[in-house]
Formats: sequence, structure tokens, C-alpha cells
Amino acid sequence: MTTTVAAVSEETGTPYTLSHLDALESEAVHIFREVAGEFERPVILFSGGKDSIVMLHLALKAFAPAAVPFTLLHVDTGHNFPEVIEYRDRTVAQHNLRLHVASVQDYIDRGVLKERPDGTRNPLQTVPLTEKIQAEKFDAVFGGGRRDEEKARAKERVFSLRDEFSQWDPRRQRPELWNLYNGRHAPGEHVRVFPLSNWTELDVWQYIAREGIELPEIYFAHERDVFQRAGMWLTAGEWGGPKDGETVEKRLIRYRTVGDMSCTGAVDSEATTLDAVIAEIAASRLTERGATRADDKMSEAAMEDRKREGYF
Amino acid sequence: MSTITAEELSATTLLRFATAGSVDDGKSTLVGRLLHDSKSVLTDQLEAVERVSASRGQEGPDLALLTDGLRAEREQGITIDVAYRYFATVRRRFILADTPGHVQYTRNMVTGASTAELTVILVDARNGVVEQTRRHAAIAALLRVPHVVLAVNKMDLVGYEEKVFAAIAEEFTAYASELGVPEITSIPISALAGDNVVEPSANMDWYGGPTFLEHLESVPVSHDLAHCHARLPVQYVVRPQTAEHPDYRGYAGQIAAGTFRVGDPVTVLPSGRATKVTGIDLLGKPVEVAYTPQSVTLLLEDDIDISRGDLIVPSKDAPATTQDIEATVCHVADQPLTVGHRVLLKHGTRTVKAIVKDIPSRLTLDDLSLHPHPGQLVANDIGRVKIRTAEALPVDSYADSRRTGSFILIDPADGTTLTAGMVGESFASPEPVKDESEDDGWDF
Repeated sequence: MTTTVAAVSEETGTPYTLSHLDALESEAVHIFREVAGEFERPVILFSGGKDSIVMLHLALKAFAPAAVPFTLLHVDTGHNFPEVIEYRDRTVAQHNLRLHVASVQDYIDRGVLKERPDGTRNPLQTVPLTEKIQAEKFDAVFGGGRRDEEKARAKERVFSLRDEFSQWDPRRQRPELWNLYNGRHAPGEHVRVFPLSNWTELDVWQYIAREGIELPEIYFAHERDVFQRAGMWLTAGEWGGPKDGETVEKRLIRYRTVGDMSCTGAVDSEATTLDAVIAEIAASRLTERGATRADDKMSEAAMEDRKREGYF
Repeated sequence: MSTITAEELSATTLLRFATAGSVDDGKSTLVGRLLHDSKSVLTDQLEAVERVSASRGQEGPDLALLTDGLRAEREQGITIDVAYRYFATVRRRFILADTPGHVQYTRNMVTGASTAELTVILVDARNGVVEQTRRHAAIAALLRVPHVVLAVNKMDLVGYEEKVFAAIAEEFTAYASELGVPEITSIPISALAGDNVVEPSANMDWYGGPTFLEHLESVPVSHDLAHCHARLPVQYVVRPQTAEHPDYRGYAGQIAAGTFRVGDPVTVLPSGRATKVTGIDLLGKPVEVAYTPQSVTLLLEDDIDISRGDLIVPSKDAPATTQDIEATVCHVADQPLTVGHRVLLKHGTRTVKAIVKDIPSRLTLDDLSLHPHPGQLVANDIGRVKIRTAEALPVDSYADSRRTGSFILIDPADGTTLTAGMVGESFASPEPVKDESEDDGWDF
């Protein structure tokens, strides 16, 4: 919990310069507090993935020593890694938070949604998420999205207005000036809020290391039964793999991002500690999503299309 | 990149900067080159660019493609909004607000410049300072961006001639200084060939200055806080009301300017009640002193009524409160702003009802001429407005404080952000006079 004061500025000799992590942390805390001050029913999307873990950590710091004035929401695809679900439940209990779950499996069981032939459930999250937001009347929904992740996200606002269908209209997004966020919305509309907008993957990892935040074990190197599909190492399991012609092998891998088992690929890695992970990322020549997310590769405009439909 | 240790990575500072320039000036290529040569472009991104470039029959990778995000842009080959890019070197982390430079996109430039410590203005060496360059300089001056870089691009097309560069740099510097831009650096580059972007140019040994990236890495990002008015807009009142903290009352906010210390006598506006800082919580950790832009929680001696929207200031340095605000604005919405318009005004953490009383003038950025009483402002117009607010606000002049001297106007009907406002005079005086006698004994 140390604040890094960057090297004394050569210009003024003043030590009053924040390190980049402190600047990003302060900005994110400011965003959390703005939402707490201006919205009735905010909720944090919490999956047990590293970005949502960092979001929760920042929210806890923003309101200390008081409790976080938000509930949590997880859109459960039904194909999540058990280690991550276990982490999610433990964290919720530890901080005495309330968790809402929107379940893709429920929708499939009820016949509202259909399983895709490729077994990928990420695109199926949109309807359960949207309906849960409407049912619970959430007016601000925190997401861990970062603008460095993907080209369409480079233009995303910190406060992103969504209509009652959760749709994102790039032409209705408001200019964001200084740090004066505008959260006004009509009844039935809500605002998606991205406190980590200006963070990069490396910033997130450095912050996790600096703050000593515990993560699910799948982020670190471990031996796992995986098979190759579309150039990615996927975890073997009941969700739909391996299929004919795909062979399972035991490899030393870790996950850089955590999502649905069906579309989250692992990378070969020997990094068992945070420092080793950071060194690996700093040296890596592949972007986070490019290496590990099949769903973003569908088409050049895939992310843009899904955002319009109400995806994160 | 791979040689950076975790230690080195965590001790860098952050620079927010913005670009201005049009497609024709090669701005996308400059940004692409910056990302590419600073090794910030990753393998899969570059592969995607090479794929698209090849399918269009282009010879090499078109670096401009790295930065064109939305489908509409890819189809039209233009950029239509502010896009944010991220890259890092050993010395610094960068956030780039990449804004298009067409005349109809003034509002995007204003948006990008509002959070920038530095603005890059790009010119084509063959054309020199044109109308658009003057517009960009005026916006940087209006937004009081501390540092401006003039990047004279396409030097390869003028034979890398020092004379050409020197003439453009001189003309621009004279113009921008006149507008009160405090710090101007001119750099001759070729984004296409890579001269002086990241690597020093072998073609311009007459130029002894830093490359574009070196300048970005070394420009100061900290300010002399001793001469700033301390300001804390209260965002939220932290009241745990638990057995462990039965009486804790903290006032949470991000310090908008200056520094606060434990023991400081402070006044809460608009009520005017005076008290003293008894503690500062820096995200759960007690500290003796805190400064902008830290997010903190202040503890005060007296149990006075303070809520979101209030402003905590040093008792000896409180701004006047007023219901009549005169400001320079940039109109950012498609619907016009008219005299008599009923709006909401957000200043710091307070939002109040307001009426547009008068629009004394509209400013033409090309030649800085004023058009009296335009009656309304339309999208991308810059003008002077007089606003009457329903409640008194403690506003600073934008020249003194970018955070507490700025505001936005919001349409109460649909929540649209209408206008960006800057309190006080439009342009700084070209030769700022530092009055040292104002210094009443800050003991730093």
C-alpha cells in the first residue's frame, strides 16, 4: 500500500508528481464517487476476472472506511472456470456484498436462447444482462472495459449512454470534457461506466502487484489438459471439446484473460508469480485479446456490432 | 520493451496529450509511426494492418490503419471522433487523445485538449501555416494547454530544407505567442519516412533538438503548486456509521487544484462556514499533505452541514461566489444554444439550473474576429456567453484553474451535453506578468 512518488520533477524540484499508477487510481476513484453521488442504483459487473477484481478493489478504497454503496452483478455463461466462480463467491462473502446473477443456462433451459453450433456462449450474455438491468432498474453499470483493448473501444466514453435496449449508438455519445462527467439519462435508460478506461493491461497487472491483490489461480502458470482449436489452447470440458480430430495434451499454461471456457484461450507460460507475469506481458508481442479471444476475431467489426447490441 | 523491469515500469509519470491536424497533414501516419517505432504496436495488430493494406493493393503497411476504429471511418477513410491511444516508453506512460482536424470537428479538438497537458499541431511543410493551423493554435490557447508542439511534417517533400522549417516555425511561434500560448516547441519531421519521430533524422543534421518522442518524454508534467489556489469539490460524504467508526464523517473528492495540509483553516462554500482540516485520508491511509489530482477524504474539526456539490477552500484564498457567469464557450451539440435557453450547468460536483442571458459575440477562429450578438451558437461555434445561475457558484477564472474554472451546459430535456465553458477572458496576455508580491508566505 505504498504511494510511489515519481522522480522529483527536473523542472520545479517539487515532489508533487503522481506516478502513472497513482494518477490512474485517483481518476478511477473519482469516477466511482461521481456515480455514487449521482445515481440511484449502481451495480458493478463482477466476473472474478482480473479487471473486475481491480474495479472492486478501487471501489473498496474509494469509500473506505465505509462499505461500497453498490451491489455486484455476474452474467454467468454456465461455462465459467470453477476456480473463478469459487473466487467470486469467496470475495462476495469476504466483503459482505450482494451479488446478482444473470444465468445464460437458465435462458437456454427455458428455450429463450439457443446454443450456438460452436458452443461459444459469450455472445449469448447480452440478453440476460439487458433483462437483469431492466428488472433490477440499475441506472449505472460499471464495466471493466479498457480503451486499449480493441479499436472500437478506443472511442468509448467513460460514461456511455445506453437506451432501454442497452444499445450503444456511437452518434449519441456525449463529448467528455475535463473531468465533468454527464450521467443524465431518461427513465429506462442507463449509463455504462468504465473506471479503467485509461488503463492498459500492463497497468492492471502492475496495480495488482503493487496492491497485493489476490487473483484466481488460473492467471498463473499451471499444468492443464488442453486441446488446440482455431490456433488457441482451450480447456477440455463438458462445454464442447475436444471434438473429433482434436487431441488433448497436458501443457504448462496460464490465462491472460478469463471469460467463457469455450472462447478463452490459454498461453504457454512458466510465469508462476506476479513479477514473472508482468515481465512476460512487458515482453509480449501479442495484444491481450488477439492472443486469447476467439470472439473478437469473428470480423473486423465484430466488437462494434456487439456493442451496438448492448454487449459490454 | 522486454528489457524494462517491473521496478522501472512502476516509477513512470503519465502524460496526457492531444493531436490536431487533418488527414492530409499525415496525422494518422504520425500517430501510427509513433506507436510503431516506439514498439507499442503488437504483432497481431500489425498483421491485421498488413492484411488490409495488401488487400487494397498498397505496397507497405499503411500505418494510418492502426488508428482508424469505427466501420464508418474505415468506409469513408476519415476519423470522426476522439479516439484514445495508449503507449509507454521506459520514461513515461502516454494517453493520446487523437482528434480529427476538419473544421466541423472543433468540438472534438476542444474535448481532446480539455484534459491534455500538451497539444501537437501538425502542418504540411509544403503548405506551411494555413487557416486550419491558426484554428488549432487558437483552440490550444483557449483551452490553456500548457505545452504546444508544432510538428512540421513531410520534410522529405521539401528536400529536408532548414529554411522551409525555420520560416514556418517562426511564423507559427509569433502567432501562438500572441495568443498567450506559454510554451511552443517546433520539430521538423517526416512521419512517413520516420525522421525525428522516434529516431533522430540523418537527413536533418542541422536540427539539434529532441525527436518528437524525446520531447514527449521530457516535457514537465508537474506544476508549481505553491501558487495554485487549493480547491476540493465534495463528491460524496463518507459515513460508515459502524461500531468501529461511529462518528466518522469524511468529505470525499479529487483535489482540483493546489495542496491541502492537516491543520489548514478552510472554508466551505457556498455556506461560508469556516473550520479546520483535522485529517486527510488518502484512500484509506492517513497523510499530512495531499495535492492535485489525488482523490482524498478530508476530515474537519467542526460538525457542519456539508454535502455533495460544496467546495472546500483555504480560508485565506476563497473564490467569490456569483450567480452571473461570463465565459468563453465551445458549443458541442447539434441543437443550437440560444439567448433565453434554460439549461443545467455542471461546475465541479454541483449541477444547478441556469439561463443563457446573452451571447455577446461569436469568435471566428481563422482570424479571431468577433461577430457581435449572433443570437445563437451552433455546433462547433466558439463564443462569449453570459449565464445567470439559480444558485451562487464559487467559480475561478479558467486561466487560474482549469478544473474549477470550467463547466458544461446540459439540456434538461434529454441530458445532452450542449456546451463546454471556460470562465473569464478568452486568451491569456502574450507576456504574462508574474506578481511575486501576491505570495503570502506558503511555506513549502
